[in-house]
Amino acid sequence: MTSTIPADLPIPGATTTRGAVERADVGNITRRSKRRLTSRGATFASLIIAVLWTIPTFGLFITSLRPQDQITRSGWWEVFGKWDLTTENYQTVLANEDLTRSFVNSIAITLPATVAPLVIAALAAYAFAWIDFKGTNLLFIFVFALQIVPIQMTLVPLLTLFSRGLNVGGETLFSGFQGAGLYTQVWIAHTIFALPLAIFLLHNFIAEIPSEVIEAARVDGAGHGQIFLRIVLPLTVPAIASFAIFQFLWVWNDLLVALIFATGDASPITRTLAELTGQFGRTAYLLPAGAFIAMIVPLIVFFALQRYFVRGLLAGSTKG
Amino acid sequence: MLKSFFDWVGNLPPLAQVPIVLAAFVVVVGLLLFFLEVAPRRGRVYSILRIAVSILVPAVVLFLFGSVWWAIAVAAVLGGALFLLDYRSKEGKGYVLQLVGFLAPAMFLLVVGLIYPTIQTLIQAFLSSRGRFVGFDNFAWIFSQPDNLVTIRNTILWVLVVPTVSTAAGLAYAVFIDRSRGEKIFKILVFMPMAISFVGASIIWRFVYGYREAGNSQYGLMNQIVVWFGGSPINWLQQVPLNTFLLIVVLIWVQTGFAMVVLSAAIKGVPTEQVEAAQLDGTNAWQRFVNVTVPGIRGSLVVVLTTISIASLKVFDIVRTMGTAYPDTGVIANDMITLAQNFETGRSAAFAVLLFLLVLPIVIYNARIIKNQRELR
Repeated sequence: MTSTIPADLPIPGATTTRGAVERADVGNITRRSKRRLTSRGATFASLIIAVLWTIPTFGLFITSLRPQDQITRSGWWEVFGKWDLTTENYQTVLANEDLTRSFVNSIAITLPATVAPLVIAALAAYAFAWIDFKGTNLLFIFVFALQIVPIQMTLVPLLTLFSRGLNVGGETLFSGFQGAGLYTQVWIAHTIFALPLAIFLLHNFIAEIPSEVIEAARVDGAGHGQIFLRIVLPLTVPAIASFAIFQFLWVWNDLLVALIFATGDASPITRTLAELTGQFGRTAYLLPAGAFIAMIVPLIVFFALQRYFVRGLLAGSTKG
Repeated sequence: MLKSFFDWVGNLPPLAQVPIVLAAFVVVVGLLLFFLEVAPRRGRVYSILRIAVSILVPAVVLFLFGSVWWAIAVAAVLGGALFLLDYRSKEGKGYVLQLVGFLAPAMFLLVVGLIYPTIQTLIQAFLSSRGRFVGFDNFAWIFSQPDNLVTIRNTILWVLVVPTVSTAAGLAYAVFIDRSRGEKIFKILVFMPMAISFVGASIIWRFVYGYREAGNSQYGLMNQIVVWFGGSPINWLQQVPLNTFLLIVVLIWVQTGFAMVVLSAAIKGVPTEQVEAAQLDGTNAWQRFVNVTVPGIRGSLVVVLTTISIASLKVFDIVRTMGTAYPDTGVIANDMITLAQNFETGRSAAFAVLLFLLVLPIVIYNARIIKNQRELR
C-alpha cells in the first residue's frame, strides 16, 4: 500500500510517511475494514475517471488505424465487431511532404524556444533572489503580472516591429527580421512569452537555496558569475527540467504564435494539422494519424522526464 | 549584422540550425557570465575592463541591430552613465554592471515583446480603425451588440467553470489514487491530454460529438450511445447554450491532468504527523481531508486555480478549431483575433482591454500573496 510513495520527493517528512501510515494501519484494526471500504469506493471512482479521460484518445487511436473509407462512415467502436485495421494512414502521412516537413519544423522551433527562455529567466531570477536592489519587490510583482497580458494583444504590434523594424526620427534603429532566417521570429516570440512564468517559477526555487551556501561561496571569493554557474544552476536542475518540459509541451502544441510568426515554410505540425482540419475533403482522413504522430514527441518527453516534472513543479508551487 | 547571421543560419537545413543557434547562444551567455564574474574585482586592469564593457557592449548590441551612428551615440551615453553609476555605487565596484547584466536580457525582451505592445493596444482601444480618436466608442460598440454580450457571457462561463471543475476533479483523483496500487499508470492516463495540442484535442472530440441524421450510422460516440438507448441523434454543437459547455468540457479534459499532477505532489507534502493526530482524534476521512489536507495544500491550490483561470481566459484554439461553425460559441480571445484579421484594430484592442480587466482581480490577489511571501524572507 505504501510502496508507491516516490522516495525521491524532496519533502521534509516524506521518509516518515511510510512508517507512520503503517503504524496507523496496525494500530487501528477496528477502523481497518472501514478504510478498506472507502478505498475500494475510491479505486472504483478513480477507475471511472481514468476510463472517461482515456476513451476519447483511445477512440482517435483506433480511428487512425482504420481504412480511409471507413473513418467517417461508421464509428470506431464498430471495429470490435469487424476487425479491420491498417497502418496505411501512417504510411501516407509519413509520405506527405507537408506533414513531414512541418514535423521537422516543430523540432527546429521547439528546442531553441525551450532553452533560450530558461537561461534568460534563470539569470533574471537569480538577480531577483540574490542581488539586493531598490524596488526589487515591485519589479518582481510587475514581472509576475505580465503573465496575464493576453498574448493575442501583443501579436500585431510585435509582428509590425519584426517586419518593419523601428524608425526614430528618420534613423533606422532596428531594421526588422524581414528575410532573416525561417525561424528567427518564432524563436524570439516564444522566448518573450515564456519569460514571466519562467522567472516566477525559477525565482521561487532559486530563493529557496539556503543563504549559507551562497555566503560560503562568496567568502571563498566567488563572484555572481561563478555562484550562478557552479552553485545555483546545479541546485536548480529539477526546477529547470520541470519548466523545460512545461515549455516544451507548450511550444510544441502552440497554434496561436505559429499562426502569426511561423508562416509558409516554417509552419509547425499544429498549424499544418489545423489547416487540414479546415478543408474537409481528400486529406481529412489523414488527421487522426497526423494528430497521433504529433503527439508522440511530447509523450516521449513527458515519460522520459516525468520524475523531474513532479519534483520541480512541487518546489515551485507548494509555497503559499 | 544580427540579421545576416540569422539569414545565414536560415539557409541551412532546419535541424542543423538548432545546434548552431544554441551554440551561439551559449557563447553569448558564457561571455556575459565571465564579465559579471570579474566585474567587482579590484585593480587597474579590471577598471579598464569595466569601462570597456560599459561602452562596448551597448555599441555591439546596437551595431548588431543594424545602425552604426546610433550605436556610437547611445553607447557613449549609456556606457558613460553605467560606468559612473558603478563607480559611485555604495555596494562596491561593478555592482550596477552585475545587476544590469543579470536583468537586462529578460527586461529588454519583456519591454519589447509585452510592455510596448500592451501600451500600444491600450492606445488603440481609443482609436478608430483609421487611427482617429473616438473616446469610448469601441467599448460602447462592444456593449451594444447582442453577439458581443454572448461572447462576454461565454468568457465568464469559461473562467468560472474550467478552473473549478478541473481543480476539483484533479484533486479528487489525486486523493483517490494517492498511495494506491498502479498510481503511476493512473496518473499518466489522466495527464495524457496535457501532451496533446488543442488542435489534436479538437480532432479527438470530433469523434465524440460528431452527428449524422437519424438512420445513418453515427461516428460520434455520444450520439451512438443515444442511439443504443433508443433515442434519435442530436446535433450537439448546434444546441445553444449546451454547445459552449461541450467545448468547456474539452478544456477541462486537458487541464485536469495539470491540476492532478501538481496537487498530488502537494498532498504528499502534507506532514503525516498532522494526519495521524487527526486520526487519533477520531475524525473520519472526509473531516481529515477538509481540515488537514486542504489547508496543507492551500498554496498549490491557489497556483493551480490561477494558472488554469489564466489559461481559460486566453483559450482560443478550441473555439477556433471546433466551434466557429456553430452558433453562440464565441469567446473574447477568439473574437479579438477575428476582428484584428478584419482590420478592426480599435474594436479588437477594446476587447483586449476588457480581457485584461477580467484578469486583474486574479493578479491583484496573487501579487498580495507574493508580497507577503517575499517580506517573510
